[in-house]
Amino acid sequence: MEGIWGAGVAQLAPTQVGGPMLLFAVLAAVAVASGVGVVAFNSPVRSALCLIANFLSLALLYFTLGAEMLGIIQVVVYTGAIMVLFLFVLMLLNLAAPGALRESRDLRRLGAGALAAALFVLVVVQAVLPLQEAASPQAADYYGTPMALGRALFTEYVWPFELASVLLLVGIVGSILLAKRRV
Amino acid sequence: MGEVRSLMAPLWMYLALGAFLFATGVVGVVSRRNPIVIFMCIELMLNSVNLTFLSLARFAPWLPVAHELEPKAWMGGPAAVIFVMAVAAAEVAVGLGIIMAIFRLRDEVDVDEMNLLRG
Repeated sequence: MEGIWGAGVAQLAPTQVGGPMLLFAVLAAVAVASGVGVVAFNSPVRSALCLIANFLSLALLYFTLGAEMLGIIQVVVYTGAIMVLFLFVLMLLNLAAPGALRESRDLRRLGAGALAAALFVLVVVQAVLPLQEAASPQAADYYGTPMALGRALFTEYVWPFELASVLLLVGIVGSILLAKRRV
Repeated sequence: MGEVRSLMAPLWMYLALGAFLFATGVVGVVSRRNPIVIFMCIELMLNSVNLTFLSLARFAPWLPVAHELEPKAWMGGPAAVIFVMAVAAAEVAVGLGIIMAIFRLRDEVDVDEMNLLRG
């Protein structure tokens, strides 16, 4: 453990309350509240707006981690492109059938809550608590810069990168096929 | 490095937040009936996994030990986030297309009523 965590154990400061903790607390509170709102709101448009708030707070959390490139990509791709797609489909379906999107409250919510609580406790006990000592970042300074990310994508991960581009092409063709009236 | 480090909370907080958001997404996927909201909850879960990837890559880049690179130079975490985002984008495009097609076929989008493949 000592050899693995090294500097992390040496610079451990769990009781320190200051700017970073406050920033994280605010961002995490926004993320948690909007995440719960996505599930709890009956109206899907409100869920979508909560999801946008959640994505933005996660992007800011990426910035606090030093991953500025991925924070920017998060804003552009998720809050920009994917949420526009969601709201667009919501608009189409809502206009066509205002009564089609009703929710019912039943016992399933209780079961789902119990399942998720069990999952959360399991993950925290098994994976998060053993990592409690890691308080200082170990990655290189250039972690998260566009240059490091681009170099990794085009050297080490070039085959997955090409596969992802093929997947996106298949997605484009598939969604055009699905959107056509007659195939 | 000092400027960046001063903005960072300990690793376990990021991981706990990611676990909580993932569990919230699970609640939504299991309990909601609107397929679009179910997709949103799947996006929530994917994003929580992204947060976990990034925080682990920031704090513990040595975890994948069988790698010829120097651990500090290992970029697997951010690269995985990029791929998750690409897969999520393709998934949303195709999934929402499927929802639209089902809606055209049946004039409703309640997942409890979608039993065409039940046989």
